[in-house]
Amino acid sequence: MGHTDKSNWELIKNGIFSENTIFRMAISLCPSIAVTNSLKNGFFMGVSVIFVQTMVNLTVSLIRGFVHPKIRIPIFMMIIAGYVSIIDMTMAAFARPVYKQIGLYIQLIVAFASIFARAEVFAVKNKLVPSVCDGLGMGIGFFLAMIVISFFRELLGKGALWGFPIVEGNPLLIMVLPAGGFFAVGLLMGFFNWMDAKIAERKSAGQAVEKQAA
Amino acid sequence: MDFNKLFQLIIAASLINNFVFTRFLGLCIFFGVSKKMETAVGMSITFTAVMVISAALSWVVFQYIMIPLDLTFLKIIVFIGIVAAFVQSADTIMKKVSPSLYYKLGIYLALITTNCIILAVPLINSGEGYNFLESMSFGLGSGIGFALALIIMASIREKLELAEIPAPFRGMPISFIVAGLIALAFTGFSGLITL
Repeated sequence: MGHTDKSNWELIKNGIFSENTIFRMAISLCPSIAVTNSLKNGFFMGVSVIFVQTMVNLTVSLIRGFVHPKIRIPIFMMIIAGYVSIIDMTMAAFARPVYKQIGLYIQLIVAFASIFARAEVFAVKNKLVPSVCDGLGMGIGFFLAMIVISFFRELLGKGALWGFPIVEGNPLLIMVLPAGGFFAVGLLMGFFNWMDAKIAERKSAGQAVEKQAA
Repeated sequence: MDFNKLFQLIIAASLINNFVFTRFLGLCIFFGVSKKMETAVGMSITFTAVMVISAALSWVVFQYIMIPLDLTFLKIIVFIGIVAAFVQSADTIMKKVSPSLYYKLGIYLALITTNCIILAVPLINSGEGYNFLESMSFGLGSGIGFALALIIMASIREKLELAEIPAPFRGMPISFIVAGLIALAFTGFSGLITL
């Protein structure tokens, strides 16, 4: 990918739908299961990733002229680690209860393949504004995936949302257990694939009809 | 030296708190390379070795440099630097000393630097305050646990290739569901040892 010709809006949409980190690219999966047992945890994780991804893209794009290609990997790593430390300490100070549960995974954002990959394939070759939009799109895509997964897991597993009970009765305990995370992601992925196939089918059917009409 | 404790740590890290199935780390690699048995075995060996050594290295740096200088808040940056530097040098040394081994395992080394499972070992070690031998045992146990997970998954996926799976679930989704079933089996280990 060289300089991009896409508009900023297209870049954001690209991150949310066609290159969604979790459901499409299937990278950075660890937190998608580890922290999605409640909506709150998923929300905080998603927000942290939006912040880190956007800031990393911004910084890498700013310094892209100065960094020698041979030492770019350690430099990018340090930039990412710096921003992760910021969010790590901020959360430790202001969101203590959540931090206790997901702190380890916040620290491990530093090893996210998706963040590094966007810096490497996109931000380093593009101007400031497109890079920020790309980072924002990728971050929001990840955020939405976290929200969807944790919504289902908390609702089914605890009968609650954001800690407030919603459904009475016996919840499916398995959904908040580790195994439930795998099931939830697997089923959602399958569902999105199925939807994709349906949409493609409808499109090709529509084209066939147009051809006949012509 | 309390060998009992070390043994318990290894068992706990490999079975009860298995990195893949209860802590959900290293999932990208877990789903990425578990398609073939051969790659799974190569990956597990490389991972276990890197985990033990990087646990030892980062323990030394953490105890003798970062604590005296009061730099513990920099641990994320320092640990990722240590791991990256170590992996890079292992890569170079292996290429020179044993090209045949490099040919087999070198590609995995490149993947390791940005992997959460490797970084998690020093982070958890420093958080739990393990001593030198305990840190290394934890690294070893985690490595064995990861190897176990990877090899189980690879052998199942080789069979899955031949199975008839509904179209939308082919590939990734079915692997997730299989992993969920294995994770369910691994919950049976909880309570095996209480530390």
